[in-house]
Amino acid sequence: MTSATAPGVAEAPAAPRAPRSRRTVTGTRRWVAALFLLPALVLLGALVVYPIGYSIVRSFYDNSGDHFAGFDNYTALFTDDGIRTALKNNIIWVVFAPTVATALGLIFAVLTERVRWGTAFKLVVFMPMAISMLAAGIIFRLVYDQDPDKGVANAVWVGVHDTFAQSSAFPKAHPGRNSPLKPEDGGFVTTSPVHTGQSVALPLVGVAPEQMPDDAKKAVQAPAEPGKITGTTWQDFTRGKGVGKLGAVDSAELGYPGMRIEAVKDGKVVATAKAAADGTFTLPAKADGAVLRLPASNFEEPYNGVDWLGPALVTPAIVGAYVWMWAGFAMVLIAAGLASVPRELLEAARVDGCNEWQVFRRITVPVLAPVLAVVVVTLMINVLKIFDLVFIIAPGSSQDDANVLALELYRKGFSEGRPGVASAIAVFLLVLVIPVMLFNMRRLRREVRR
Amino acid sequence: MHSRTTFRTHRTRRAARAAAAVAAGALAFTLTACSGSDDDGTGGGDSSGSPTTNTVALPKLNGAHLEIAAVWTGTEQKNFKQVLAEFEKRTGAKVTFVPAQDPIINFLGSKIAGGQPPDVALLPQPGAIKQAVDKGWAKPLGPEAQAELAKNYSQGWQDIGKVDGKPYGVYYKAANKSLIWYNAKVFENAGVSEPTTWKDLLNTAQTVYDSGVTPFSVGGADGWTLTDWFENIYLSQAGPEKYDQLAQHKIKWTDPSVKQALTTLAEIFSKKDYIAGGPDGALQTEFPASVTQTFSGGDQPKAGMVFEGDFAQVNIGETKAKVGTDAKVFPFPAVGDSAPVVSGGDSAVILKDSKAAQALVTFLASPDAATIQAKLGGYLSPNKNVPESAYPNEVQRKIAKALIASGDDFRFDMSDQAPQAFGGTPGKGEWKDLQDFLKNPKDVAGTQAKLEKDAAAAYGNGS
Repeated sequence: MTSATAPGVAEAPAAPRAPRSRRTVTGTRRWVAALFLLPALVLLGALVVYPIGYSIVRSFYDNSGDHFAGFDNYTALFTDDGIRTALKNNIIWVVFAPTVATALGLIFAVLTERVRWGTAFKLVVFMPMAISMLAAGIIFRLVYDQDPDKGVANAVWVGVHDTFAQSSAFPKAHPGRNSPLKPEDGGFVTTSPVHTGQSVALPLVGVAPEQMPDDAKKAVQAPAEPGKITGTTWQDFTRGKGVGKLGAVDSAELGYPGMRIEAVKDGKVVATAKAAADGTFTLPAKADGAVLRLPASNFEEPYNGVDWLGPALVTPAIVGAYVWMWAGFAMVLIAAGLASVPRELLEAARVDGCNEWQVFRRITVPVLAPVLAVVVVTLMINVLKIFDLVFIIAPGSSQDDANVLALELYRKGFSEGRPGVASAIAVFLLVLVIPVMLFNMRRLRREVRR
Repeated sequence: MHSRTTFRTHRTRRAARAAAAVAAGALAFTLTACSGSDDDGTGGGDSSGSPTTNTVALPKLNGAHLEIAAVWTGTEQKNFKQVLAEFEKRTGAKVTFVPAQDPIINFLGSKIAGGQPPDVALLPQPGAIKQAVDKGWAKPLGPEAQAELAKNYSQGWQDIGKVDGKPYGVYYKAANKSLIWYNAKVFENAGVSEPTTWKDLLNTAQTVYDSGVTPFSVGGADGWTLTDWFENIYLSQAGPEKYDQLAQHKIKWTDPSVKQALTTLAEIFSKKDYIAGGPDGALQTEFPASVTQTFSGGDQPKAGMVFEGDFAQVNIGETKAKVGTDAKVFPFPAVGDSAPVVSGGDSAVILKDSKAAQALVTFLASPDAATIQAKLGGYLSPNKNVPESAYPNEVQRKIAKALIASGDDFRFDMSDQAPQAFGGTPGKGEWKDLQDFLKNPKDVAGTQAKLEKDAAAAYGNGS
């Protein structure tokens, strides 16, 4: 209404307004509008508003739900170690997962624009989105398996490692009962010094016949030679028969071909030898009075790869699985945004002498900024409630280290039977999501206005 | 409040599910784990199941309709239905099997809230029976069922079905969790025989190790395998009285007896070469994998022995190994004076009192019912009047014999008796503390302190 100049005039238009109040701008009757809105409102109320309200109320009651507990549950929330780890991990998730996924998405989007089979490539990158989180979790549980024969990640890692570092032939060999050898620095040394003219026995056990080098022959006790130290190193164990005569070569026992033997005097290696196929070796006279050492290099364990799902790496590993899934989503949104970037801008920049990096840095990214923000924020909301991947990928022993708020909510609520604390976590999560949601809504509204 | 849910005693199913979940991506055969214990019986399981004995008098119940709820699936469920069929034949009543989900106490809660409780339910823990009684769901056993119970069950099994001195539960199915399964070939190659004492076990382990095979496989990713290790050692070493006190948290975890048991456990756990994959590898090995890796790989399996209950047969069934010839079993060796028997079990509890429900529970307490299912394999009964010959193979007989022979000295799984937050949550409480202990077995005192702290918090919760 225009500003009224006289009181009488002001009232006049008020009269016809009364009937109009039951109609909206488009002329629909209010009750009709309400009728059509009702199903949606009922659903929203029953499925969204009521649960939120009830969770808030529940979070102020104790675990049985009978007694008002004030802020006890919230105190528990911030003093519980498990929840604090969960909170810390959630922060890691919110910071890294969306940014890495968006960055990868941006790179993919920009690059696919320039290749011939771009669409096919996009399709492949987007494909993980078609898999449920649960299935992706199971896949990555296998990918990260410790055993290089099962886990792809460790298979690659071990493969690369073994190209550069050879593993030894006798990783599990160790002294048996009453052995003349004792362990030292990963290798084994004789308990007493050796002398020339002596035939030394260096028995070990623990190498399975399948893992013996192919050229291993039946061990023989080396004959003593004057002026030299001779000896035998062999497997003092026969499959199915046991040790036989302890510390002595039996007929079926195999030598350790290629075993390195060092003679050590006063901490210095004075002579070395390598065992023959039957396990025998000979050392020169200067080794007289030295102790014999089977150095650790004979017994190095095969490299077992990275402990992906151990306490230290479990969260980054799961974030990796998440990025695998969601980089495609980011890529598709960003590619859509990229399509609307005016070509002239890019052309103009190129004509002005910008190189491709500068075009990307100064033109593409700033123009795409609103889209990037939307993607990051959407992913953030998504990441705050992350549950399934963590629940499935983390093995029981490191679930505590990989804990996130949603998982802790589940554990508190359904396996520990503490619904009060679980409700408090739910409310806390809601509070965390609200600012991000508001930001997104503001953006959207501004976008629409434009 | 809803602690002591069922999830532990049902580890067979849970374990099988986990196996399927983990391996489904790559290995289709694991799916057989879901369909249950097909290979349990290792032959002989195809007997017709019609019993010749008829030791229990049942009323005629024509027209009566009963519902019985249990979490059993697959073969286990199929076999149990044969038992129900026999009941139908004898009484004329109709019995419907209601498949329930874990935790069954929550499942029953919703059924009762909905006004349609099943007439009888099979509850997996003493704690669950107590909860059901406290909530007023469970109805006491009638005189016929009590008479049958007294006739067929040792005092110990009768007592754990009681709440405040009143009998409520009939333990229909039992689990023997004091077994060590071993790869027969590994023992043969190493030239060792089944040990009977802890010292023997350590010697056996050393010889197996000397022969080039890692002695033990430990499914450390599932904390409950570790709590079972501890419980067996503790029961044998400290004795049943202390075991009960610790289970009820009447003595603290900082007690010297706990220290002794952990120190004993460390005799295996502290030798990283004794455990397949070392402690780190073991902590990432789930129970199903810990069993399968012991029984696959020919002369070179990942390990020679694996400790767990009779339900490990389900997982052995996934490998090519045959229970009884390739995969053998010996009772957990005596650490103290006598060998421990740690058990679990499912007990039938009446939720809707009626003549028919009482008759069904009476029937389940009789050797007739148990014999039918025993013949089908993959089942163990605490009923002492089930003839040994009912079990389909030597291994089952051996396990059953050990369980019955323990008389009243068996004890129920301790962590199943503890509040869920302490004894039954992955990455928490006892599970987590023993996992940390596996990683660092030198720290006995620290482990005790952590156990006590977690136990105090969980028991203090009023659960």
